[in-house]
Amino acid sequence: MRDFEYEAPTSLADAVGLLARSNGNARPLAGGTDLIDHVRTGRLSTDLIVDLKKIPELMALELNDAGLRLGAAVPCYQIYSHAGILENYTAIADSSNIIGGMQIQNRASVGGNLANAGAAADSTPALIALEATVVIQGPAGSREIPVDQFCTGPGKNVLEPGEIIVELKFPPRPGHSGSHYRRFIPRNEMDIAVVGVGASVVLDESGENFVSARIGLGAVAAKPFYAQEASELLAGQPVNDETIKKAGEAARSVIKPITDMRGTEEFRLHVTGVLTERVLKKAVERARG
Amino acid sequence: MAKKRIVTATVNGREEEFLCQPRQTLLEVLRNTLGLTGAKEGCSNGNCGACSVVIDGKAVNTCMVLAVEAEGANIETIEGLAPVDGLDPLQEAFLENAALQCGICTPGFIMSAKAFLDENPNPTEEEIRFSMAGNLCRCTGYDKIVRAIQQAAETRCAQSASCEKETV
Repeated sequence: MRDFEYEAPTSLADAVGLLARSNGNARPLAGGTDLIDHVRTGRLSTDLIVDLKKIPELMALELNDAGLRLGAAVPCYQIYSHAGILENYTAIADSSNIIGGMQIQNRASVGGNLANAGAAADSTPALIALEATVVIQGPAGSREIPVDQFCTGPGKNVLEPGEIIVELKFPPRPGHSGSHYRRFIPRNEMDIAVVGVGASVVLDESGENFVSARIGLGAVAAKPFYAQEASELLAGQPVNDETIKKAGEAARSVIKPITDMRGTEEFRLHVTGVLTERVLKKAVERARG
Repeated sequence: MAKKRIVTATVNGREEEFLCQPRQTLLEVLRNTLGLTGAKEGCSNGNCGACSVVIDGKAVNTCMVLAVEAEGANIETIEGLAPVDGLDPLQEAFLENAALQCGICTPGFIMSAKAFLDENPNPTEEEIRFSMAGNLCRCTGYDKIVRAIQQAAETRCAQSASCEKETV
């Protein structure tokens, strides 16, 4: 690998300072499962790698009445081993458990997955479904933005030079709610999503009607996105095959898939409808408990 | 050129100090500095698992860890697995089941399986296959490897009173 310096600051202020001083040529390191590969192959160059794993805010994992705080560098295995996340924020546990294999999950973070802004990132549709807010820190201070506004294109995001993701904040989960993430891949494991769907639903007390729903879609446009119309049309509707099918059709109607080695445009259109229905049904099953 | 750093880590139960550049992976240092050549360089991008070792109880791909990140870590490699007077149950089982041909993937498989069985001592076949997805073998197919891990799990359970069989 090309030569670079390495620092492992223990405070957020030091990390931001180091990143800001390097003329945009410093790279933050969490699990390194993308970064180290990209530096080795020359796809990314860097003079300084700033390891974020010694900064307490980036390793935080707190669940209480105010919701969930997930530090940006927390590795996937800690997410899917967390009983509270498994119960209430299941979609993120679902995605953390299928990003790469065990060795990748022991290092890779959801914050890193988001920051890389891949169109097929497995955790991002789940973050969108669960209404995450991205907490960003940079030389000019801190700011927060809704997760569905974070990615701006393939490999591109809203971070300014020197800025890093500190954590993802999730609102508390209402009663009678459930969520799920699933992707289509031609293999059983270790593959990149052809289509990925995350969904969260809130049902009324009877469990027979949708109060609200949020659907996030991945790998079917230049970036993962919130399928607004498909989500909103479910509010107030009865839980049945017909309304769920309508949501699947609405999701199909807003995607802009490409044809590549993983699937054709036509195939992605079809799978988006099927997968949206299946993911919604699983989320409903979980909401009913 | 970035200055070399001194890193202290426990490797197979012994405290080791080594010099490395920030740009060196842990795999390079294990093989070239510490002479532990069990972990293999396969794909170099986190797909094949041939470089797997156990760090602080977790299987990781050392081709995707910087050696400087290992400061203070507890590293277990295939070289430290066997007891003084024999082989680890996983090593025995891989031999008995002929769960290898060329052997390049074997140290990675065994270390991943060790970390996996430490956390899940009594896994189903499906759990084994799912958890070993990050280790690739291009010779044997996977059936013999899965059988070896199943057998090792049984041996380890028989040796340890703490392993309770789940009753369904």
